[in-house]
Amino acid sequence: MMNILSGDRPKSVILSVLLAVILLALAFAPFLFPGSRSLETAARICIFIVLVASYDLLLGYGGIVSFAHTMFFGMGAYGVAIAIDRLGTGYGAMGLGALVGMVVAGIVALLIALLSLRVRAIFFAMITLAIASAVAVLVSQLSQFTGGEDGMNIRIPRELTPAFRLGEVFGTRVNGKVLNYYLVFTGCLVLFLVMLRLVNSPFGRVLQAIRENAFRAEAIGYRVVFYRAMATCLSAMIAALAGSLFAIWLRYVGPSTTLGMEIMLDILLMVVIGGMGTMYGAVVGTAIFVLAQNYLKELMGGLSEATSALPVIPDLLSPDRWLLWLGVLFILSVYFFPTGIVGRLRGTR
Amino acid sequence: MTHAPTHAPTMAKLTLAERLRPWMPVLLVPALMVFGFLTIDSSSSWLTLTVSGLAMGMMIFVIASGMTLVFGLMDVINFGHGAFISFGAFVGTSVLLALGAMTGVPSLMLNLLAIAGAVLAAMVVTGGMGWAFERVIVRPVYGSHLKQILVTMGGLIVAEQLIYVIWGGHEIVITRPETLKGAITFAGAALEKYRLLAVVVGLAVFLALRTVMRRTKVGLIVRAGVENPEMVQALGYNITRVFVGVFIAGSALAGLGGVMWALYQEIITAHMGNEIMILVFIVVIIGGLGSVEGCFIGALTVGLVQNYAAFLEPKLALISNIALMVAILMWRPMGMVPVVKAK
Repeated sequence: MMNILSGDRPKSVILSVLLAVILLALAFAPFLFPGSRSLETAARICIFIVLVASYDLLLGYGGIVSFAHTMFFGMGAYGVAIAIDRLGTGYGAMGLGALVGMVVAGIVALLIALLSLRVRAIFFAMITLAIASAVAVLVSQLSQFTGGEDGMNIRIPRELTPAFRLGEVFGTRVNGKVLNYYLVFTGCLVLFLVMLRLVNSPFGRVLQAIRENAFRAEAIGYRVVFYRAMATCLSAMIAALAGSLFAIWLRYVGPSTTLGMEIMLDILLMVVIGGMGTMYGAVVGTAIFVLAQNYLKELMGGLSEATSALPVIPDLLSPDRWLLWLGVLFILSVYFFPTGIVGRLRGTR
Repeated sequence: MTHAPTHAPTMAKLTLAERLRPWMPVLLVPALMVFGFLTIDSSSSWLTLTVSGLAMGMMIFVIASGMTLVFGLMDVINFGHGAFISFGAFVGTSVLLALGAMTGVPSLMLNLLAIAGAVLAAMVVTGGMGWAFERVIVRPVYGSHLKQILVTMGGLIVAEQLIYVIWGGHEIVITRPETLKGAITFAGAALEKYRLLAVVVGLAVFLALRTVMRRTKVGLIVRAGVENPEMVQALGYNITRVFVGVFIAGSALAGLGGVMWALYQEIITAHMGNEIMILVFIVVIIGGLGSVEGCFIGALTVGLVQNYAAFLEPKLALISNIALMVAILMWRPMGMVPVVKAK
């Protein structure tokens, strides 16, 4: 057990229970929560756990802020979509697309890292922001490749679609969608364990040392630029793979589902709420955030109607303004809970 | 008594290239204009493009100057700067729409007065916002870049959402005042009047900023603070107060830039600040974080490259700024006018 977790214990009873509940809920989601909407939510949580954890590899372990993470996510998604579009439906095309997306993401990440990190780590945030927005515009312009603003529908193999029926288990109809879910779940679990291995390896140790004091790490003899560039590449490649899974699950890619700035903000919030610098933070943060996202909007809608007689307050509380409250929450959590939920549960301040 | 040995110091004459080297960044802008002149066939369209490039560059400079100084002084990176642009634009537009009687008549005096009123209102609001922003959002996270980026990004989201709450979600169309509509013809080229005004305003801001920085005591303290804040503090100046002042001034300038940009585009949206910020980041990086002169050169370069590229190869215009940034960072990794830190 400890080998699978790479020796990184949750170190808190509540956290262990929480993680176990999340794992079990996700593992048996099709049977525990029947219905397409809850399956949709479960798959989203799986994929975002990987995406957020790969971002945490950069932010929490490497201490580098990137705004291009959705770009890498999108590269994986568009890789699969374009490969299937060009080569026809098939597992080969799917795998090839994911592979190409991953490699391209790695190369682009390396170039960005070499350009900005060798000067100042702070350039990285600004340069990734600029490049990510340029790429987002580019994707919506090159419509013959990417489908532009409309995005592309992906024809995945029939075995992964609801049309493929297998029978009933525990009173739940097992169809291709469930198989697809388990593809996503397994892929995400493997990727997550790989990342857990990564951050608990000597490489992860060095990254944390650099985050704490880059100057001292350099003095001890570690090449800071090399380690940071490696972390950038790895995190980009894992994000791309998560993007591929997302595309296969949704059977659609478009700028708004993969490249949008809103998704980048969601990722940031999940990392900060869950806890920076620990992989388990990504799990807890994502699960809570995705569930709250649905719940909070409904609550705000209710509050907005309840206060409709007052002047400005309904506007502030309308469900469209939920980003406002998330922003406030975000600022407050950076101030008061910089270690997030996991840090609190582990008792480190 | 022996004579001192005769000295015949050889004065190595500097070659032209060596003399030019420190001036390379300054020469970049004229060089770019000459390059544009040579590659664009008709001189009238070159003139039009150059003026609009300069106008755009000046507006970006007005916005970026405050941000770069804030970074230079206190090592604070403010990702929320874009919020001041949007707020400036919305406040300025609201004032201009309210002063419709003054903007609608073809009198230059009244039009400029209306614009001045709008600019003043926008600068007061964004300056006040800057003060609050510094107090509430930036002050608790001094010294940690990571937290600064996260928290100011959060501040940006909140400010952007507040615009939606106050002005509603739809974009607002604003027409330029009567006398600033249309263009004048000069040497066969059509030059929009408003762009000429933008160039003049931008130049005035640059010269004023330069004079303040070079000729006044406040400027001296700010420049010294950029180089070595601890030493300035040790000499008895309250660097935090200076910093807050610079932050407010920078926010107010962003507000001014927002009004200018609103009248340039004639349409405003809540996320316009965010879009402009991408150009601002590129400008600040290639200029050298913390340097006003570098920021000025960088802004003009970005404006010109964008306009020339859009004319010569419209498909390239999208990535022209990124390419420019990459090229300049390869040439000078610390930006064109690197800031000397005495540390």
